[in-house]
Amino acid sequence: MALFDDKVRQQLKDILGTMKEDVRLLYFTQENECPVCRDTGLFVEEMGSLAGMLKVAVHDFVADRTVAAQYGIDKIPAIALLDAGGNDPGIRFFGLPGGYEINSFISAIMELSGKREPLPDDIAKRVKAVAKDVHIQVFVSLTCPLCPSAVATAHRLAMENRRIRADMIDANAFMPLAIRHHVTGVPKIIFNEKTELVGAHPMTVFLDTIEKL
Amino acid sequence: MEFNLNAVSFIKEKNAVPLDTERTYDVVIIGGGPAGLTAAVYCMRKGVDTAIIVRHVGGQVAETSAVENYMGYRYINGVELVDKFREQVQQFSIGYVEGVGVASVEDGAVKTVLLDDGRAVRGRALVLASGKSWRKLGVPGEQRLTGRGVAYCTICDAPLFAGKTVVVVGGGNSGVEAAIDLAAIAKEVIVVQNLDRLTADRVLTDRLAGFGNVRLVYKSRVREIAGENAVTSVVLDDDTGASTEIAADGIFIEIGLEPNSGFARGIVDMNENGEIIVDCACRTSRAGIFAAGDVTTVPYKQIIIAGGEGAKAALSACDYLKKNE
Repeated sequence: MALFDDKVRQQLKDILGTMKEDVRLLYFTQENECPVCRDTGLFVEEMGSLAGMLKVAVHDFVADRTVAAQYGIDKIPAIALLDAGGNDPGIRFFGLPGGYEINSFISAIMELSGKREPLPDDIAKRVKAVAKDVHIQVFVSLTCPLCPSAVATAHRLAMENRRIRADMIDANAFMPLAIRHHVTGVPKIIFNEKTELVGAHPMTVFLDTIEKL
Repeated sequence: MEFNLNAVSFIKEKNAVPLDTERTYDVVIIGGGPAGLTAAVYCMRKGVDTAIIVRHVGGQVAETSAVENYMGYRYINGVELVDKFREQVQQFSIGYVEGVGVASVEDGAVKTVLLDDGRAVRGRALVLASGKSWRKLGVPGEQRLTGRGVAYCTICDAPLFAGKTVVVVGGGNSGVEAAIDLAAIAKEVIVVQNLDRLTADRVLTDRLAGFGNVRLVYKSRVREIAGENAVTSVVLDDDTGASTEIAADGIFIEIGLEPNSGFARGIVDMNENGEIIVDCACRTSRAGIFAAGDVTTVPYKQIIIAGGEGAKAALSACDYLKKNE
């Protein structure tokens, strides 16, 4: 059964048709798929069929564990996006980016393909100046309208600075992890397992938090 | 699996430009809901130099699953309608910023809007259309535990309380709707209402009565929300003055909305609820400052009304500019 209805399929086709450069999509799953892995597999496959510039590769989390380790994939289903040259900007999606989260997923693909608005100068400078490893985990639920903007902000930061990695994590697909991080409200944004923000915040607040790490 | 795709924001021609803090705009609009976005279209069509400051595009509409009373659409989901509004605004080369709130405004012949991120935007006229957001209880523990068990957005956070015990504050439509959503997945739902009955519509209270895991607590108010790193209990006071402590993993506060007018306090007159007082032409108590939509005293908070008020505020602002050239 197809995951996208005709309307969404056409819209996705139109959007992805304006990509500027290839984007590589690495999908991590395993042979004995979990239910959400099955849907995520379908999602990735259908996405790949909608755009020639989106190159999909499927990896087995167990059999290809060196590849998984290389990209820091510690749970599945997982998606990593790479640019046309195969460089890893540090963009991850754990769980199926459905519901409202389809927007952060498409936004990451389009921005990585070269369609991104320049950041204001002062913000761009601050992002460039980040000289430590930063891991941002954004916990979301797929029914949360404010979550995609938090995810997109985190992913944009990752795109602009190689020291920053940003994960979208569907709290409902990774409940034990969400419980461990006391996620009872989304978006919940965790920086280096140290500090956290709850709610949607502008990029300046992300930067304030990162600079204090 | 549903996909709430915001298709328009990715594809349509966009002429909107980043905010320019160097120039003085003719009109600066604060708010990106139906009122602010409509005002933007009217200003741009009048040919006045306009900027719009948007914290959350669409405002409350973006959090509405179904809209069935906006003319021209028998049914449209909130995200789709917002998408269409935004597209209509961004066809113009309007100064546009999203994701930023307003800290304060200063009046004068040229008015200054100070943004949360420290930038200042200048305009000869202002349209305040900052809408409303969830009303808070204002009790100890509420702010500290927000996102740690204290929640306002049921559609966002309800799934995180599967199998848990949850308090819902409020017996109106939004409270009872939240209780219904939660009852389907939570272990127990306790609805706290200050009156001796629920005020929600009959269809909703009937549906709530169908759940076996819902307890109603009347004539009671929340005194405190307790917990170290997460909510563990809620303390209630009843009308007799007696208090009880209920063990709970979460508390959803659904007691209506309050106007986002704090940034304009002391500048324009407001009523006792913090709504900005406007006349029939959307004029506030200050010349050159106009207001529209849910943040104002205009009754009946509806998308179509907010849109109409936004149009009116824009036209009044354009009129003001012409007279003060």
